[in-house]
Amino acid sequence: MTDENKGTPIVSLKNINFAYPGDEDTPPVPVLHDLSLDVHEGEFVAVLGHNGSGKSTLAKLICMVLSPDSGSVIVQGKDLCGDEITEKDIYAARRDIGLVFQNPDNQLVATIVEEDVAFGCENLGIPSKEIRIRVDEALAAVGMSDYARSTVYKLSGGQKQRVAIAGALAMKRRLIVFDESTAMLDPSGRREVMKAVERLNKEDGVTVIFITHYMNEAAMADRVVVMDRGRIVMDGSPRDVFTNVSELREIGLDVPQTTELLYMLKCDGYDVSLDAITVDECTNELKRLTGKFELNG
Amino acid sequence: MNSGASFGQYFEGNSFIHRLDPRIKLTASIIYIVVIFLAKSLFSFALILAVTLGLMLSTGIPFGRFIRGLRPILFIMAFTAIINIFWYTGDTLLVDFYFIEIYLEGIINAVLIALRIIFLIAGTSVLLTYTTTPLALTDGLESLLSPLKYIKVPVHDFAMMMTIALRFIPTLTEETTKIMNAQKARGADFTSGSFIKRAKSLIPILIPLLVSAFRRAEELADAMECRCYTGGAGRTRMNVLRTKLADYIFLFSIITLGAAVVILNMYVPGIALGI
Repeated sequence: MTDENKGTPIVSLKNINFAYPGDEDTPPVPVLHDLSLDVHEGEFVAVLGHNGSGKSTLAKLICMVLSPDSGSVIVQGKDLCGDEITEKDIYAARRDIGLVFQNPDNQLVATIVEEDVAFGCENLGIPSKEIRIRVDEALAAVGMSDYARSTVYKLSGGQKQRVAIAGALAMKRRLIVFDESTAMLDPSGRREVMKAVERLNKEDGVTVIFITHYMNEAAMADRVVVMDRGRIVMDGSPRDVFTNVSELREIGLDVPQTTELLYMLKCDGYDVSLDAITVDECTNELKRLTGKFELNG
Repeated sequence: MNSGASFGQYFEGNSFIHRLDPRIKLTASIIYIVVIFLAKSLFSFALILAVTLGLMLSTGIPFGRFIRGLRPILFIMAFTAIINIFWYTGDTLLVDFYFIEIYLEGIINAVLIALRIIFLIAGTSVLLTYTTTPLALTDGLESLLSPLKYIKVPVHDFAMMMTIALRFIPTLTEETTKIMNAQKARGADFTSGSFIKRAKSLIPILIPLLVSAFRRAEELADAMECRCYTGGAGRTRMNVLRTKLADYIFLFSIITLGAAVVILNMYVPGIALGI
C-alpha cells in the first residue's frame, strides 16, 4: 500500500533534530538527526535500534514530552511545533496519544487497579458513569477484570503493564506508543503484553508504535523501522527488513532466530529463502529443504 | 508486608462501620472527641463506655487488637495519672506523709484522664484507622476540606500528594530491602556497633534510595502529563463519595450521644465528679 491512499498520517515527524542540552562541562548531546517518519491510522509499527539510537527520545517527541530543536511534529494534521501553539493545543493533541513506559512501577498513579485505569479519564473530565463503563471495558480488553479492586503493588510486571495499557484504552486513545514496555518483564509477562498489544491493534484499531529491542516482537508488526545513531536506516515490512541480515548485524542488531537459522543455512550454501519470519514459515521452509534432500539422497 | 491499601492499621472487613462514608466517620470522630471531654458525670462515662464497646464489637475486629493498640500510650497514661495523683489538691485528704499529699479528687481525676485517653484511642481506631483505608481517608479529607479552595488552599494537590505517597510506600520499601541486601552482599554491617555507627551505616542505603526516588518522581511526572493531568481543575472522579441514609443515621446517633452527655452533666449533678 502506498502512502497516497492512506490519507493524512496520524503522526508525522518532519526533519527532526534534537539534542539533550549539555551544561558548562559537557557539550549538548545530539540524539536525532534530520529524522522524518509518517505513521498512519491503524498501523502497527515496530521501532528497532540498540541503546542510544534515539528510540526513546523519538517516543517522547511523539507524545510532546520533549520538543524538537528544529523540524516539526504533526499530529493529525496539526503542527505542534508552530509559533502559535499553546499549552492547550499540546494538551488537546495528547488526548489521542498514549505512552506506555518501560518501568511499570513508575507510571501507575493510584493504589487500586481500577482507580489507576480511571485516572486519565478523570483528568479529561468525563462524567463518573461513563468512566465506570470505560474502565470496565478497558480492563476486560486486557484481561484484568478479576483484578479491578486489587492493589497495584501486588501485581506482576506483565499485569502492571496491562493495567497501564488499560489506562490508555479507557481514554480511547487512537495511538499508543510503547517505549520498551516489555524490557523489564519476564518471558511470560512479555507474552501477556504482546497479546494485549496485538489485540488492541487488530480489534480496536488503535495505531501502535512499539519500541523494542526484541526481534521476535518486532516481527509481529506490520512495519519495522530500524534506527541507528539518530537516523532511520531501514523502513519496511518485517520480511523486507529482516532479510538484510548482514546490514542489521553491522549496526549491532540481531535478527529473529528463525531468520538467523535460515541465514546460516544460506551462508553454508543451501538454497533457502530468508523471508520466513514466523516459526511456522520457518518450519515449512526447513521441511521444503529437507524434503529436497530426501528426494536427492 | 503490608499492601498499599492496607498500609497502617486498616483491618479488612465489611461491617456497618467499614461501609460508612469516610467524611461521616471523620465528622463523627471529631464530635466523639468533644463528647469525651465534655463528660463529667459517672453516668456520662458509663454511656460513652457502652457506646464505644458497642462500636468495637460491631466492627468484627478481634478485641485483642484494640488492647494491643493501647499499648504504645500506656506510658503517657501512667505519667498523666501519677501527675494528677500527686499534684491535684482537693477537699478530702487521704494521705499526708511529709510532703506527699494525696487527695481523693486527685485519684478520681487520674482515673478519669486515663479513661478519656482510652476512649480517645479506642474510638478513633474504631471509626478511622482500623475501619477506613488510608485512600478513603484521603478522599474524605479532600472532600471535607474542599471549601478551603476558595481561600486558595491547594486541597486537591495535597490529596494527590497523599495518594501518590501511599501508592509508593510499598514500592520504596521493597527498594530499600533490595539496596540493603546489595550492601550486605558487599560486606556492609547494619546491626552491630554503637548507635552512631549504625546510623552512619544507613547512609549508603539512603543515598541510592533518594536518587532512585527522584528518578521515579521524574518519570511519574512525565507519565501523569501524558495522561493529561493538569491539576484539580476540571477533573471528575469515577468513584464519587455518596452519603447514604445509614450515614446520616449514624451521625445523628453520635450527636444524640453528645446531647445525652450534656444533659446528664446538668441534671444528674448528685453523682457528678468534682471536675
